[in-house]
Amino acid sequence: MLQLKAPLVDLNSFVFRGKTSVPLEDPSALDSTDKKQLRMVGVDVESTRAGTFLQFDHAPVHCSSARAGVEVLGIQQALERYAGLREYFWRAIDPQADEFTQAAFQEPLHGGYYIRVHPGVRVTEPVQTCLFIKGDGVGQNVHNIVVVEEGAEVHIITGCATAHGVNSALHLGISEFYIKRGAKLTFTMVHQWGKEVAVRPRTVGIVEENGVFLSNYVLLKEVRSVQSYPTIFLNGPGAVARFNSVIVAPKGSHVDTGNRIVLAAPGTRGEIVSRTITIGGTIVARGEIIGDAVPSRGHLECKGLILGEGGIIHAIPELRGTRPGVELSHEAAVGKIAQEAIEYLMARGLDEEEATATIVRGFLNVEIMGLPQELRESIDATIATLDSADAM
Amino acid sequence: MLRIENLHVRVGGKEVLRGIHLVIEEGETFILFGPNGSGKTTLLMTLMGFSGYEVTEGRILFKGEDITHLPTYERARRGIGMSFQRPPTIHGLSTRSLVQLCARGRAVDVEALARRVHFEHFLDRDINAGFSGGEIKRSELLQLMAQEPSLVLFDEPESGVDLENMALIGRTVRALLDKTIDPSPEMSMRDLRRRNTTSGLIITHTGYILDYVNADRGQVLYQGVLCCDTRPTRPRDILDHISKYGYKECIRCFN
Ligand SMILES: Nc1ncnc2c1ncn2[C@@H]1O[C@H](COP(=O)(O)OP(=O)(O)OP(=O)(O)O)[C@@H](O)[C@H]1O
Ligand SMILES: [Mg+2]
Repeated sequence: MLQLKAPLVDLNSFVFRGKTSVPLEDPSALDSTDKKQLRMVGVDVESTRAGTFLQFDHAPVHCSSARAGVEVLGIQQALERYAGLREYFWRAIDPQADEFTQAAFQEPLHGGYYIRVHPGVRVTEPVQTCLFIKGDGVGQNVHNIVVVEEGAEVHIITGCATAHGVNSALHLGISEFYIKRGAKLTFTMVHQWGKEVAVRPRTVGIVEENGVFLSNYVLLKEVRSVQSYPTIFLNGPGAVARFNSVIVAPKGSHVDTGNRIVLAAPGTRGEIVSRTITIGGTIVARGEIIGDAVPSRGHLECKGLILGEGGIIHAIPELRGTRPGVELSHEAAVGKIAQEAIEYLMARGLDEEEATATIVRGFLNVEIMGLPQELRESIDATIATLDSADAM
Repeated sequence: MLRIENLHVRVGGKEVLRGIHLVIEEGETFILFGPNGSGKTTLLMTLMGFSGYEVTEGRILFKGEDITHLPTYERARRGIGMSFQRPPTIHGLSTRSLVQLCARGRAVDVEALARRVHFEHFLDRDINAGFSGGEIKRSELLQLMAQEPSLVLFDEPESGVDLENMALIGRTVRALLDKTIDPSPEMSMRDLRRRNTTSGLIITHTGYILDYVNADRGQVLYQGVLCCDTRPTRPRDILDHISKYGYKECIRCFN
């Protein structure tokens, strides 16, 4: 299956130097098209957030925290302040893991964020971060570190987007998450890239005893190629991880993505749920749960819809148990919208397009992510504009 | 309101309806009887315009307009509403959202409507997901109340319904036909004038629904045609007749 291979990315065809913008003291001064673009990926510089980090191309332009006990810094700043972040920097991820991780290690580091939530601090408003590519042909190389200390709780919304008019770009991103005892991290990532943008994030998280990691991933718009496989190690007893992904691949998109959970301690639980729709694009929907300790439990669910012609969904759910007593299960389905369901809604007065959009919205079920209202509304609006005209 | 002329319908390669003539006046409720497999459900599905029901001859007029080849949603928007017997589950679509969608932008008090059919605790459930037979009936009625059709098509309102729920469903169907449901927070003069214009086409085997609605006329569908139009057409009399003599009487009508 040749077309299932992620498109080749030539590192040399992107600019890794020189694209820095002036710092932005007041992000609400951004121009309105940029603001609109950011709002669509959940980054709202005008609403209350516990903290904000903005990066344009090759440099951070804004870091601020509005809450005691929440640190938001650029990664370089944090490396200086904390003597190289020896406990965290390149600790969860092996620099040699693959070609793109190596590239991220070797190319100049452009920034990324360091977010630390102090012990016991529970933040109600989200912290927002944005990695924005404004220049055509830019190669962006960021490194993010999130540390949620014991008993702390935070929701981070990360929006990744390209500015209006950016055609081609490459995003390399290393993210390392450290969730300490009894801490909880909800990490919501919304991607909205351009037609010729390649994206190679590499993400690993480590969860200690009774820690909780919840991840939401939303990708609804066209992108040349995304290839990612975030992995979470549940290293402490009682730790929990859950991934929800909602992915739409229009024609021209190649999205190879999945999640891996390693149940490495007794009493750990993991769940991976993905909803994918192809409208002519290719989706490889992966997922792997590894049960290395008992008792442990994991469930993987991937459901795909093929709308229109030419799209491919390749679901690859994998389970690996290495101890007697692990409980792992999965369900996978690739199908279509039932004609019966469309006609049911048409009998209530919805035309075919409205009916299809309603069913698609239900299928993607963004509701379960529990996102802030304005982000949910913006996602709903995007879903409503999906080109499902030839969906039947 | 509804006028069906010489309607022939093919389903799955088979001619199921073979020349139906039927007129339902404004505000009138018509009861359709007939043995299993005679084509009753087919008639309703054809009126709603579902795929797979191919009209080979004849036509359907609704409020004077030929709707024989209109898409389903256009019929719904013109005022035809149907209660489904086995509606599909739609995951991720809450009952509340669907009821809201049925109102097509009109303001409706979904909670208040739901309370009428004791359905307020189901509003956050995905539509039809695991609904029991009686719950489906209540959910369908709830959607119809929000939709406010001027012609209601109801396929066996009593099937799978216990006695207590039968009373609830019977009363609700009655209210739907009498237009005594006030779905909007305040009723305008226009709405008041629209009252008393709902017609009904109800399929029943048992006739329980007759205890609740004012059914004016009825007929038996037999092997794809309506018969008994020379006989008494009061639904009760037809029911008595069927229970005494069975459907075989209908064969005599043909001759
Ligand atoms: N999709 C289909 N393909 C083939 N035959 C069909 C199809 N749908 C209906 N039929 C046939 O058409 C005939 C009429 O069916 P219909 O469901 O209209 O009967 P009915 O009068 O509603 O019966 P019941 O009282 O059992 O509900 C039956 O013989 C049925 O098998
Ligand atoms: Mg039937």
